[in-house]
Amino acid sequence: MSIFADETTRLLVQGITGREGSFHARQMLEYGTNLVAGVTPGKGGQRFEGKVPVFDTVAEAVAATGANTTVIYVPPMAAAAAIIEAADGAIPLIVCITEGIPVMHMSRTMPFVRSRGVRLIGPNCPGLITPGSRAKIGIIPGNICTAGRVGLVSRSGTLTYEVVNHLTRAGVGQSTCVGIGGDPIIGTNFIDCLRAFQDDPGTDAIVMIGEIGGTDEQSAALFVKAHVTKPVVGFIAGQTAPKGRRMGHAGAIISGSSGTAEEKLAAFEAAGIGIMRRPVDVIDLLRKRM
Amino acid sequence: MNIHEYQARALLKAQGIPMLDGDVASTPTEAEAIARRLGGTVVIKAQVHAGGRGKAGGVRLAKSPGEALDHASEILGMEIKGLTVQKVLVVPAAEISSESYVGLIMDRETQRPVFMVSSAGGVDIEEVAQKTPEKIVRFPVDPTYGLFPHQALRLALGLYMDFGQVKAAAKIMEQLYAAFVANGASLAEINPLVTTPHGRVLALDAKIVIDDNELFWRPDLGLLRDETAEEPSEAAARRANLSFIKLDGDVGCVVNGAGLAMATMDLVKYYGGEPANFLDIGGSSSPEKVINALKIITADRHVKAILFNIFGGITRTDDVANGLVAATRQFKVSVPIVIRLTGTNEAEAIRILNAVGMTALSDMDEAVARVVKLAKEAA
Repeated sequence: MSIFADETTRLLVQGITGREGSFHARQMLEYGTNLVAGVTPGKGGQRFEGKVPVFDTVAEAVAATGANTTVIYVPPMAAAAAIIEAADGAIPLIVCITEGIPVMHMSRTMPFVRSRGVRLIGPNCPGLITPGSRAKIGIIPGNICTAGRVGLVSRSGTLTYEVVNHLTRAGVGQSTCVGIGGDPIIGTNFIDCLRAFQDDPGTDAIVMIGEIGGTDEQSAALFVKAHVTKPVVGFIAGQTAPKGRRMGHAGAIISGSSGTAEEKLAAFEAAGIGIMRRPVDVIDLLRKRM
Repeated sequence: MNIHEYQARALLKAQGIPMLDGDVASTPTEAEAIARRLGGTVVIKAQVHAGGRGKAGGVRLAKSPGEALDHASEILGMEIKGLTVQKVLVVPAAEISSESYVGLIMDRETQRPVFMVSSAGGVDIEEVAQKTPEKIVRFPVDPTYGLFPHQALRLALGLYMDFGQVKAAAKIMEQLYAAFVANGASLAEINPLVTTPHGRVLALDAKIVIDDNELFWRPDLGLLRDETAEEPSEAAARRANLSFIKLDGDVGCVVNGAGLAMATMDLVKYYGGEPANFLDIGGSSSPEKVINALKIITADRHVKAILFNIFGGITRTDDVANGLVAATRQFKVSVPIVIRLTGTNEAEAIRILNAVGMTALSDMDEAVARVVKLAKEAA
């Protein structure tokens, strides 16, 4: 069992003929992901790697292949439009890898995504992977993951790989690893993932990797305290980051917080979340709790 | 991207927001000339990308052009939070009856631009937010429609009793929202928005932060960047497409990914060292990026040892290895380098390094402990 991706996943790749899209589509195929279609406007009718059909639009791809998940690798200026096209095509799970989308674009995109009742993961995220179903959606290296019962959710990319690598080397497998992305506006947050892991019979414990900035980790800690019965361990990157030369007051006023590591770790502590001082600590902390 | 107050003023002025005329000076004599032209008492304001200018002594009143010259001489070249003041803004001193705060920020939680308005404006607005949050009115704007006139009016009604001033403030709210959208801002702030004894409503200060992601398709906004106001090594890194922040320690760090870069700094500290920098070479790291990263780090004389921490996903570790070899051929690196590589094309990377007598570790803790030890020995 897992969250968001499993053996029923039928994956579409938007931007499949581009440099990033084609490279990662190949990696996803190699891993065993059920990649059923690609979309690149103007390239409809082609076949990717001689087998995956390419369409001009998401609607055509969905009609022809029954795709139920899409992953977006289109450049930043077209990425919000690609998310909207996918949502308009009623694809239940949209994963956007693209980095560099203007925040104003995302602010206008999210209400539309919500209106269609679909889930967006990202943008600016590494995607997700369910090793037990050989379902890799995004760019998380498949070879560092192994099937198991620990769920992982993270705001980071390579730091996620570091922690997953420690888990796998210690023989601790993962149900699903999700990178939610580091942008100010994202489609799926920590709480969404924590709730899904809590409800997933295939997940026994949860690893949460946060960063300085914002208040998502603090809200997630409150959620853990109130609703999560499974053991949770957490890490906050940026414990030694210097205080910025912050301009303006609005950031501090809106959040009522400076988003420091200390604040986030205190919230973890108060929620009974096991605190990793180093990435490698994940193993001992999990073993003590499982 | 931060821009200066004088630049933010120009962007707000372009939308019609009322403010007093002023001008920017790079030398004391320029400041004197502006003060003479404006006449009367003026304010000399340091133009620097840091908050707390007033409290640092970077904002002063001058009653005559001569005083303007003196104050500008003192402020120009002054250091505020590690940044040297290169320019001052000279504006007429306003007579102030009341000070309000109007801020607009792209909010993570509501995922919308949110207005924050308070009749208790001024430098202590953050204290107001903490102690009496009810004095700050928040209003999220639906970005699909923008700010409607009746919404602007409601925000302004919270500030003033006089309806003439309410109407003027409502117009300013709409103009501020227009400036926010037109310039791809993540923050736009007027603090204070003042009323004068004659009943006018004026913006006395302006702050705008532009969303870096807008710059790619808005080269006009990129022109507002003032490289002289940045830490020189940070400006060089940005030109090389590297994300870099200079710190005070002696362990140089080259890492792929922001989260891992921060975790690496944390680990350096955990093992008793002090990081010299934050440096993220990004996802697709070409050998050139590695060369540029090494150039920037070795230019810092405090650096006693350098750590490469690369977890290859999109990043190919052989690219990094090739960059390392090329860099050490181009220029002499006189401090020890500890390399940690794992992930995509790791075997090839290790072969490349071994061929020139370099070695790599695969464990992050081991690499960090080693680089901290080397830095201590060299200190």
